[in-house]
Amino acid sequence: MGFLTYLINGLSLGSVYAIIALGYTMVYGIAKMLNFAHGDVIMVGAYLVFMCMSNTGSPAIVSIVISIVCCTALGMIIEKIAYKPLRRATNLAVLITAIGVSYFLQNMALLIFGSNPVSFTSVIKWQGIALAGGQLKITGNAIITIITCLIIMFALMWFVKNTKPGQAMRAVSEDKDAAVLMGINVNATISLTFAIGSGLAAIAGALLCSSYPSLTPYTGSMPGIKAFTAAVFGGIGSIPGALIGGLLLGIIEILAKAYISSQLADAIVFAVLIIVLLVKPTGILGKQIKEKV
Amino acid sequence: MKNLNKSTQKLITTILTIFVLYIVMQVMEQTGNLSSLMSGLLVPVCAYSLVAVGLNLCVGYLGELSLGHAGFMCVGAFTSAFFSKTFQGTIPDVPRFILALVIGTLAAALFGFLIAIPVLRLSGDYLAIVTLAFGEIIKNVINVLYIGMDGNGIHFSMKDMMSLGLEPGGTMLINGPQGITGTPRQSTFTIAVLLLILSLIITHNFVNSRTGRAVKAIRDNQIAAETVGLPITKYKLVAFTISAAIAGVGGVLYAHNINSLTATTNNFGYNMSIMILVYVVLGGIGNFSGSVVAAVVLTLLPELLRGLSNYRMLIYSIVLIALMLFNWAPGILKFREEHGLTGAAIIGKFKKNKEVQ
Repeated sequence: MGFLTYLINGLSLGSVYAIIALGYTMVYGIAKMLNFAHGDVIMVGAYLVFMCMSNTGSPAIVSIVISIVCCTALGMIIEKIAYKPLRRATNLAVLITAIGVSYFLQNMALLIFGSNPVSFTSVIKWQGIALAGGQLKITGNAIITIITCLIIMFALMWFVKNTKPGQAMRAVSEDKDAAVLMGINVNATISLTFAIGSGLAAIAGALLCSSYPSLTPYTGSMPGIKAFTAAVFGGIGSIPGALIGGLLLGIIEILAKAYISSQLADAIVFAVLIIVLLVKPTGILGKQIKEKV
Repeated sequence: MKNLNKSTQKLITTILTIFVLYIVMQVMEQTGNLSSLMSGLLVPVCAYSLVAVGLNLCVGYLGELSLGHAGFMCVGAFTSAFFSKTFQGTIPDVPRFILALVIGTLAAALFGFLIAIPVLRLSGDYLAIVTLAFGEIIKNVINVLYIGMDGNGIHFSMKDMMSLGLEPGGTMLINGPQGITGTPRQSTFTIAVLLLILSLIITHNFVNSRTGRAVKAIRDNQIAAETVGLPITKYKLVAFTISAAIAGVGGVLYAHNINSLTATTNNFGYNMSIMILVYVVLGGIGNFSGSVVAAVVLTLLPELLRGLSNYRMLIYSIVLIALMLFNWAPGILKFREEHGLTGAAIIGKFKKNKEVQ
C-alpha cells in the first residue's frame, strides 16, 4: 500500500510539473526561447491566489480565476516589453533577458511580500477518499490536481489541433517566415502562446502550493527548473511529451525520496534525465530534425 | 607594440589595466581607504572573473551553452579545500596551497572531461539542460558527503555524522550540508590577480593556436569542419576540459577565501551558473577581457547600490534587462547606428579628437 500511496503522490506532483512544463514547451516550440521567468510567474500566481483568499475572503475558485487573468496579462506584458524587441536577436540574448525578468519578479515579490514564508491555505477543501478499508488514503489535493492536469492537457491538444489560432501556433512553430506568407499574424500568435502559458502557470501555482503550502518569493524557481527538465525529458515542443515528462519526473522524484534518499532525490531525477537524453537525444517524444548542408 | 596583432595588443592592454587597478586597490587598502565590504570582495571578484573566462571559452569559442560551470567551480573548491584541510599541519603553507591549486584544477578538469564525453553528443538547448543537471547533481552529492579523519585514517559516509564512527579527537573534514569549515584562508588578492592574468594569457594563446582555430572552425560550421577532416570530438573535449579547469581555479580561489564552504543553490547551484553566464553575455561572447569587466562591474553594482537597501536587486534586474535590450535588440541597434551611438562610432570620435589635438 505504501508503494501505491507514493505512486499517487508522484502522479500528483508530476501533474503540477506537467502543467508548468506545458508553458515552457509551448513557448519553446513557438518562440524558440527558454523562458526562465516562467517559474516565477507560478510564484506570482500563487501569491495572487493567497492574497485574494486571505485579504478579501473570496472563494477559492474566484481567487484562481482572478489569478489566471492577472498572470495572463503579466505574461503578455513581459513578452511585449522584454522579449518582443529581441525577436531577431541571438538565443543567448533572449535567455539572459529572461533571467533578468526572473530576477525582477522575484525581487518585486520580495519587496511586496517580504522573505518570510506565508502558509498557503489549500484551495481544495475536499478531504479525499480512503480505499481498501482505510489503508490507502488518496487526498483531495492529489485527485483534483491529476484531474485538472488531464483536462488541461486534452483541452490544449484539442485547441492546437482543431481551432484556427491553434493551427496558427503549429504553423509558426514549424516555420515562422512561411507562416507570415500564409497571412498568419506571428506576433499575435506568440502573444497568445505566452498568455496561455502564463494562465496555466497561475493554476500550477495554486495547485503546487495546495500540496506544499510554504510560499516564498523563491518558491517558483526550483519547480520551474524541474518542469523545464520535464519538458526536455518528454521532448521539448511536444504537448503530450510535457505530460509524460512531467508525470515521470514527479513519480521518480517521490519514489527516490521514499526508497533511496530524500537528500539525493534531485540528483537522481537529474541523473535519469541525463541517461534518457543520452539514449534519445531529443527526449522521449521529440522529433529529430535533420540538419541539411 | 605596433608590430603585434590586434588581439595580442588588446590582451596586453587588459593585463596592464588589471595591473594598474591592482596597484590602486593595494594602495587604497594599505592607506585604509577601502571599506571592509569592498576589500572582502576583491578575491571573489577575481574568482568570478576566472569562472567567466572559463565559461566564455565554452560559450564563445566552442559555441555550446553550459549552465553547469558552477558545478566545476564547486568541484575545484571542495577538492582543494578538502586537501588543504586534510594536510593542514603536515605540509607547510606555501607548497600546500600550490598543491591544492593543482589538485582543484585537475579535479575540475577531470570532471569536465568525464561530463563532456557524453554531453558533447548533444547540442544546443539539450546540452544546456544536461550541463545544468550535472551541476545540480554535483551540488546535491556534496551535500550528503560526510568525511572524517582520526587515528585510523579517513572515514566516509553518505548518511550522517554518526555513522562515521569517529574516535574521540577525530576531525570532521566534510560535514554534509555544513560543508568544510576552517579552510586556511590563503587566497590573497595578489595570488588571485596573478591567476586571473595567467588564465587570460592561456585562453588567448589557446584560441589563437592550431587547436583553437580548429575549435572555432567547428563552432562556425561543424559539417564543413568534419568534411575537411577535423576530429570534432577530440577538439570539443579539449576546449570543454580547459574551460572546466579554469572554472576549477576560480573555485579554488573562492574556497580558500572563506571560512566555511557550503554548497547551496546560490553559490554553487544554477543561480551561480546563470550569474556567470550573465557576465559572459554582457561582457561580450568570445571576449575574455569583456568577461572580466562585466564580472567586476556586476559584482560591485549591487554593493554600490547597498544604500538603496531592498531596492538594489530590483534595480540590478532592471539594469540587466535594459542593457540586454540596448545591446541586442535589432530595433534599438538600428536606431543607435543611425544616430552614431554604436561603440565603434564613439571610439572613432575619440580618436579623431586626439588626432586634432
